[in-house]
Amino acid sequence: MTDQSTTTEPNAPAPTTAGAARFSPRRRQQVSRLLQYLILLTALAAVVLLADWEGLAQNFAKPDVAQQALPALFTVALANTMIYTLGGFLFGFLSGLLLALMRLSTVRAYRWLAIAYIEIFRGLPALLIFLLILFLPLALPGLEVPGGTYGQGVLGLALVAAAYMAETLRAGLQAVPRGQMEAARSLGMSHARSMVTIIIPQAIRIVIPPTTNQFVSLLKDSSLVLFLGVSGEYVELTKYGNDLASQHANATPILVVGVTYLLVTIPLGYLAVRLEKRQEKGR
Amino acid sequence: MTSMAPVVEIRDLHKAYGQHEVLKGIDLTVEAGQVVCVIGPSGSGKSTLLRCVNLLEQPSAGKVIVQGVELTHRDVDIDAARRRVGMVFQQFNLFPHMTVLQNVIIAQRRVLNRSRAEAEQIARQNLDKVGVGMKCDSYPAQLSGGQQQRVAIARALAMSPSLMLFDEPTSALDPELVGDVLTVMRRLAAEGMTMLVVTHEMAFARDVADRVVFMDGGVIVEEDAAARVIGDPQHERTRTFLRRVLDPTAQPETTTH
Repeated sequence: MTDQSTTTEPNAPAPTTAGAARFSPRRRQQVSRLLQYLILLTALAAVVLLADWEGLAQNFAKPDVAQQALPALFTVALANTMIYTLGGFLFGFLSGLLLALMRLSTVRAYRWLAIAYIEIFRGLPALLIFLLILFLPLALPGLEVPGGTYGQGVLGLALVAAAYMAETLRAGLQAVPRGQMEAARSLGMSHARSMVTIIIPQAIRIVIPPTTNQFVSLLKDSSLVLFLGVSGEYVELTKYGNDLASQHANATPILVVGVTYLLVTIPLGYLAVRLEKRQEKGR
Repeated sequence: MTSMAPVVEIRDLHKAYGQHEVLKGIDLTVEAGQVVCVIGPSGSGKSTLLRCVNLLEQPSAGKVIVQGVELTHRDVDIDAARRRVGMVFQQFNLFPHMTVLQNVIIAQRRVLNRSRAEAEQIARQNLDKVGVGMKCDSYPAQLSGGQQQRVAIARALAMSPSLMLFDEPTSALDPELVGDVLTVMRRLAAEGMTMLVVTHEMAFARDVADRVVFMDGGVIVEEDAAARVIGDPQHERTRTFLRRVLDPTAQPETTTH
């Protein structure tokens, strides 16, 4: 109440004093936009004038260094990135499905186990998990991850992916209308049979868009394989770029690798959006 | 006739959700070949009653016996028992990720272990019978509500049930599509199928049902021949309900409800 009285009084004679009254709202918008363009142009001009273009080109976009990266960039580095990512995605998806089913189980112990796993592995940095994998053979002598370096990389990514996919798939399973299970059961299917034939296929369809996004973030996380101390034929994109950059004392390979990531991640991002839109239309 | 056991026998059935009692002791018998329609206001427990007959709802007390098998017995093989009971839902509940034909085939294959060829033949027969034979390769989303519901009927019939349950099968349909579904149900009744139908279609109940059961507040208020319950109801609650349903624009009466 008091607030109102103090603010209305000085505002009351506004029409006579306020300068803004001279401009219509449309005019004010025009001025504002003009100002914004001016600021942007000033900033651009400053960058163009002040940056050391020669030096930048030498360090980040040296054609001959970029050329040297070439065949192996795709045949080894990108190929390995895809192996790690697809492997992690596949095992992460399957484990995530198992965890999601455990999370929705009527057996309380299964629910607790699933919740514990999900909370732990969603809460830890992916890098920490990779570092732990390095110490696995020390902690459990005699235990060796099958598949060597590939196996370790895939394991690390799968452990992380499983926790996220479990939550996504749980949401997907719960999004299938209750009537679907009732219809399946009333046709004489067992609970397990109904899940496999009716519920899970629909849940997977529902989670395809979010899962595509998870694939993208897994692809980026595959750079953490770097910390497993991989070398030679096992290097993925980031490690490959980093090694080449040190070798030439030049950052060009890192830029090239960055572009290579984008070649995969941006189309996948668009794919996810399109799938999402199509699903919205279908419902 | 006398030697035939009833298809459905419900004895003193109770169902409660926590404190809320939905069914307060229902006794009902459906003989082979009979069509019994259950009518009543919403919330009267009629859908719950129907869903208890194939144990989609677990009764709190009482017995449900279908063809001599007590479904409410703890050790009953409920999946085996449900095979003989077809169910048609208000919301159709077709499987949206399968074609119409697959919808009708899947349970035959997975539950009855029929061969692919046999299942497909039976599926096509039943789809033709309900008038959607030309839609075999469509997906449910491409069909009208009336077509979807008829596919759902065909899906249930393909399992060769000895009893069909209908849970307000026309309530989710556009008015102009109700007739197609009711026609299929009439034909089914004429063929001698035993049917337990929860419905708001009074004309269907009057013309097709052998008996009509009026439920209100979790109990059966009145149960008799269709013409009697709908044409000459004995209880005040039945009369009030029928007045409202048959003439919705009439002045609402102030009754205790």
